[in-house]
Amino acid sequence: MSGCRDCAGCCPAPGRPDDKREYVVALAGNANVGKSATFNQLTGVDQEIGNWPGKTVERAEGLLQYRGQRIRVIDLPGIYSISALSTEEQVSREFIAHDHPDVVVNIVDASALERNLFFTLQLTELESPMILAINQMDLAAQKGIRIDLEKLSGLLGVPVIPTIAIQGKGIVDLSDAIVSAVHERPKPHTIPYGKEVEDRIRKIMQLLPAGAGGYPPRWTAIKLLEGDPDTVWEVKKSSPDVASAAQAYARELEKIHGEPAGTVLSGERYHAAERMVSEVMEIHTPGDQEVSLTDRIDRLALHPVLGYFMLILTIGGLLIWTFIIGAWMSELITTFLAGIAPIQPLIKGTAADVIFNGAWTGFVAALTLIIPYVIPFYFILALIEDSGFLTRFSLMLDRGMHKMGLHGKAIIPLVLGFGCTVPACLSCRIIESPKQKFLAAFLVTLIPCSARTIVILGVVAAFVNIWWALALYLFDFLLIVILGRIAFRVLPGESVGMIMEMPDYHVPHLPGVLNQTWQRTKSLIWIVLPAYIAGSIAITAAYAMGFLEPINTLLSPVTVLLLGLPLMTGVVFVFGIIRKEMTILALAALFGTTVFSTIMTPAQLIVFALVTMLYVPCISTILALAQEFGWRRALGITVLETALAAGTGAVAIRVLTLFL
Amino acid sequence: MAREQLEEYLESILDIEEKDGIAKTSAIARCMKVAPASVTEALQTLSDKGYVHYEPYKGAFLTDQGREMARKVKRRHRLLEVFLSDVLHINRDNVHDEACKMEHTLSDETECALCKMLNAPARCPHGSLIEACDRDVESCSACLRENHPPSICTRDEPLIPVTALQPGQKATIAFIRGDSSVVQRLTDLGLTLKTDIRLVRKAPLMGPVEIGVRKTRLAIDHAIADHIFVIACGEKAG
Repeated sequence: MSGCRDCAGCCPAPGRPDDKREYVVALAGNANVGKSATFNQLTGVDQEIGNWPGKTVERAEGLLQYRGQRIRVIDLPGIYSISALSTEEQVSREFIAHDHPDVVVNIVDASALERNLFFTLQLTELESPMILAINQMDLAAQKGIRIDLEKLSGLLGVPVIPTIAIQGKGIVDLSDAIVSAVHERPKPHTIPYGKEVEDRIRKIMQLLPAGAGGYPPRWTAIKLLEGDPDTVWEVKKSSPDVASAAQAYARELEKIHGEPAGTVLSGERYHAAERMVSEVMEIHTPGDQEVSLTDRIDRLALHPVLGYFMLILTIGGLLIWTFIIGAWMSELITTFLAGIAPIQPLIKGTAADVIFNGAWTGFVAALTLIIPYVIPFYFILALIEDSGFLTRFSLMLDRGMHKMGLHGKAIIPLVLGFGCTVPACLSCRIIESPKQKFLAAFLVTLIPCSARTIVILGVVAAFVNIWWALALYLFDFLLIVILGRIAFRVLPGESVGMIMEMPDYHVPHLPGVLNQTWQRTKSLIWIVLPAYIAGSIAITAAYAMGFLEPINTLLSPVTVLLLGLPLMTGVVFVFGIIRKEMTILALAALFGTTVFSTIMTPAQLIVFALVTMLYVPCISTILALAQEFGWRRALGITVLETALAAGTGAVAIRVLTLFL
Repeated sequence: MAREQLEEYLESILDIEEKDGIAKTSAIARCMKVAPASVTEALQTLSDKGYVHYEPYKGAFLTDQGREMARKVKRRHRLLEVFLSDVLHINRDNVHDEACKMEHTLSDETECALCKMLNAPARCPHGSLIEACDRDVESCSACLRENHPPSICTRDEPLIPVTALQPGQKATIAFIRGDSSVVQRLTDLGLTLKTDIRLVRKAPLMGPVEIGVRKTRLAIDHAIADHIFVIACGEKAG
């Protein structure tokens, strides 16, 4: 034991003034208990809030400055357990165990105390200093639930703070508790389980060498009993005999209980939670006659006929309304911005002119996508989500999603995809199994995002007719279902069914909804806006230097021979890789007209829109896919979809020219 | 009456009961492809043996004893169907008839071994739910891990799958089928053995079922819910 103490580099010197140090606090808890709301209240950083279990898929960080202390707050993913191993559970577990936060704030839902305490008990096993924040006290009070906070605090051995995070109530108390906890480090009591279990935990703890694995010995012993693969592997390396002894004890437990040791322990935790709840909680309403508002709305929203009717009306209305407002606002913004400087993607002139024009066009194009279409869409979607309706939709659609190898939860990325593909791809993280996650992302890239909708509306609906535009939409949905079915068969891996908590309905909370809208839009601004501006400059420059003509010739075998489109569309499609609706701008600039029916036949217009809809996902999407699934898969999707676009386009032009 | 014939009758009555509530003589005759007169005669015998309550001109319904027996045979029938179709790759159209002949001669030991080998399947090839076995276990790990299956001991109350509960009906979890990963996932969400639950609603077309447990509500994929077996509270189901 020399190294660390002698080196002044990493360890804080003992005499160092305390308030210079930055403390780390982790927020942990079940999904949908108000963790994100608490995080926002503590740090002022906007973290998505929604009535949707499993939102925080990566940990978010913010800073709490309170009473002269700098405290880094980490919002961990909402999980139900740290025993089963989903990515989210792993993130949380490793963070608490390895990064040693100064305090773990366990946020629990007051109206679902029993289930939440199950997780609390797992946290106590990790023996980190802890605070319990009991959230949604108001909703619990409405249900007639009263909790004896002091008694609970006494049982657990940690401070218990009541909060109503969404209204900011109790946050001051919580902040105070956090500040004193980083100094006092309140360690939770050990909550004893049943005798057979405790005996074996103790025996294993005696066998374990001191300080094995960096985890508390009791935790290690419990995990060995549960047969947790990571822990078993870790212990086997240093002391194989302990691992095998633990396995023998686990077998004994299984003999006694007739179920796997992991389940025995989960059962013990629930048993302990039940015991605790019965000591601290009183319910003052007669339990059975509660026909709550949620029940009444559910009778309608989950009705076998009316439910689907409502679902179609809501999602359909969302799309139509967005595009009605969108088209109107888009025109307004374009007119306004065109007054500042002309929007002309392709000019020749001085280098400065070219760069300015490229940047300006890209900026305007991004603005006219994000402000009129994407933001209103996300806002309304956030309303649907926050109120609790979206979980019902996913329940109703679960069966249908099975046909594509997905389940109900995939509805969220798929609907988000109508706004913009990038945040939709990122939201696929809420799906547990890796196979289904990738499958959902793949299908999301095919959903007509607002950019593609603009192309379909601006080219086909405007110059052919609205029915062909709708037909294109329908064809796309059909393709999604077919490809989904094929990909489900072809992709390796396992599909897991859905288990989802159903939250109560509530009136959407406006700041929360605005936050959520902003969060999703933010990912657009970070990824999409720079890509647009840079891409636009690059292409304008390439045009000014005469690089684009050869591209037309290079692509002519595909564009002219295969797809029967005009030669100039080659360049247009290259523009579209940056942003799909740039194809319209480029088309107008290259041909010097906005009346596209004068440059292409109806069949050509339809095929042009079809190809734009399906080929290469835009560059921002490719980046997002690469970030989530690696370059190999991102490029795989790109190549596949390009081939698909060329194939269907080639067939379409030959069929359509027969009767158009 | 031969055992084979007796079991076939009980199976048919169970099927018809589940559909219509009471098994009419004519319906049984249609199902068994025999004359109504022979049905009347058979029902009289079954009634004497205590397997059915038979009321002339109205029809028959199973006694607890009869239901137990019918369920047991049904379970064997469906296990055999899975075996024939998934392991032996027999044409799916033929597995029903094959299984019908084999089910009456299957011993308890073979039934258990079959269930173990097929990894405790939840549904037969035609999509019908396979009943829980009547061994005194609370999950499958006892069978799947040990060489000697636990002794057969008839459960005090009949187990029914959670998906067979009526909306609003309360029940207690008694058995979770499947390997430890299924059991663990459900347990972690609070669906532990001996927990009281309430079926809130079933989505149409075998969609997810919504279960109230520990003051929260969970929507569970139908295929996962198939693994949960309960003892219904209050009046008996069916």
